[in-house]
Amino acid sequence: MENALGITRLKNLGLPLVIIVGLLLLGLPLFAGQFLSYLMLTFFAYAITVIGFNLLFGYTGLLSFGHALFMTVGAYTAAFLTSSFSLPYMELILVVAVIVSTLLAALIGAICVRYIKIYFAMLTLAFGMLFYTFLLKFYYMTGGDEGMRVLRPFLLGIDFSETPKMQFLAGSYYFYAFVILAILTFVMWKIVSSPFGLCLKAIRDNPEKAEYLGVSVKKYRWYAFVISAAYAAVGGALLAPAVGQVDPGLTYWTQSGTLVFMSLLGGFEHFFGPMIGGIVYILLQDKVMSLTSYWRFIFGAILTFVVIAAPGGIAGVVSSLTKRRARGG
Amino acid sequence: MGKDNGNVILSATDVHKSYGDFRALDGVSFTINEGEFVSIIGPNGAGKTTLINVLTGLVRPNAGNVVFKGTDITGIGPEKLSKMGMARSFQLVNIFPNFSVLEFLMVAVVSRLGKGTRFFSSLLSDRQITEGAMEVAQLFGLDAKKDMLTKNLPQGEKKMLDVASAFALHPEVILLDEPTSGVSTSDKNKIMETLVSASKKIGIKSILQVEHDMDLVFSYSDRVIALHQGKILADGTPATIEQDEEVVCTVMGQKECFKIFSSLQSGER
Repeated sequence: MENALGITRLKNLGLPLVIIVGLLLLGLPLFAGQFLSYLMLTFFAYAITVIGFNLLFGYTGLLSFGHALFMTVGAYTAAFLTSSFSLPYMELILVVAVIVSTLLAALIGAICVRYIKIYFAMLTLAFGMLFYTFLLKFYYMTGGDEGMRVLRPFLLGIDFSETPKMQFLAGSYYFYAFVILAILTFVMWKIVSSPFGLCLKAIRDNPEKAEYLGVSVKKYRWYAFVISAAYAAVGGALLAPAVGQVDPGLTYWTQSGTLVFMSLLGGFEHFFGPMIGGIVYILLQDKVMSLTSYWRFIFGAILTFVVIAAPGGIAGVVSSLTKRRARGG
Repeated sequence: MGKDNGNVILSATDVHKSYGDFRALDGVSFTINEGEFVSIIGPNGAGKTTLINVLTGLVRPNAGNVVFKGTDITGIGPEKLSKMGMARSFQLVNIFPNFSVLEFLMVAVVSRLGKGTRFFSSLLSDRQITEGAMEVAQLFGLDAKKDMLTKNLPQGEKKMLDVASAFALHPEVILLDEPTSGVSTSDKNKIMETLVSASKKIGIKSILQVEHDMDLVFSYSDRVIALHQGKILADGTPATIEQDEEVVCTVMGQKECFKIFSSLQSGER
């Protein structure tokens, strides 16, 4: 039986599948090439970001068009701590990224959650672009448009500077990022299946009624904003060492658009939808970019197709197919 | 229960509300006592829904104030009001379309129990929440459809669910905006019986309802307030209102009014 939480759906169909996919991803570096593992590593960073993003978008009904800002906060945290402060400890980077993004999101969110729909989207976009300009103009701190280098971090206090770059990224760092993704996915699952998660969905479906049932609509939207920002910061902090370089382009509005694209492509109504969108986006981008330099054109066409023909995204199509099969059988 | 018995639980004093040139409420004052079932009647556009909106803090009046349990609640907002012990249902169906019946009721129970900020506890394993929602579903005869999506319910049951969610807050005072509108005449009495028995079980002190069906109004209310053009036309027991030709004619229209009073005179009623 379908319900708002999608819990039964996951228990019946999804859980074994999630475990299988999880194990495949975990074992990937053992049987796939380093490059594919590296692609999947960037996916892990985006996956963490989009499941956080979707708490706001899919579950609370607020479309942020500036969410790359918080990913960038995480990425620059990694750059500052490794390059400027010589504190290359990944755990420290993650903690600082979460603290900084939480504080920043608390401020920005307090303003943005007073608005909804296009006004919310435009405000978040404006904050994202404001941050972009800040990174660009304060070049003596941020390196301007050249950005900053991100040095290789210590994982659990272990120095990997002797390990070849790809071996590190497709090896220890890969597993490290995977574990963080697994933990944060589980935590997000707990959040969306909690009484708090139920209230968020009530706000998404009918904020006026939710208010009459005693739900603090603005406060809960603000909580969701802050939590999703913290997730994005972790995603950004994990992405930075993989790329080895950060620049203001990370917070440009098209980057926020990428997060929206991933969520739409995979299906924002499903818990795992945005992650599916993320993995398809990254693999497709790699394929299409190697074939043509007009990859944005192809992606535009795909987005148009999804919005018109499959508004539920990939997850929506799969779930309606399985439902039809279940009915037919 | 009469007008002056018991303690005043809700009162409105000289409430004015205009939309442009239109005076929706024009100096409305009344009190509701503990234990009363009060019906508000009036023709379309009399200001009934505006009054409910002002009483529940959704709309701030231009002048006047509303006092609930000794606290001025004018314009306080629905969320705070629900925590103070006042709930309402809506004239038009107001639901969460993608929720199951039980999930819908759970929103109210979660908020009543103050568990909305339990970020990591499992909703479905919390028996206090699920049983609280089931209890209300049973009171309103919705327990058999607890897993059904609310958007797939028949219209009448959507309406009941909206009312049930207000009851799930266990309020002291409940405001019902036309709880039986859009429901077949044969079901109306059943709904009223359900409302009365549910409020007894839950311990609701006072009910204020907007209702068009005069038979229901006169058989269930302790008191009736008639509104017309934003003003109180009459405020009294059903027996006195029923005899008031001006009120009945204003509220029900000339045709109905003629029927009732001609039959009254011929002693059929």
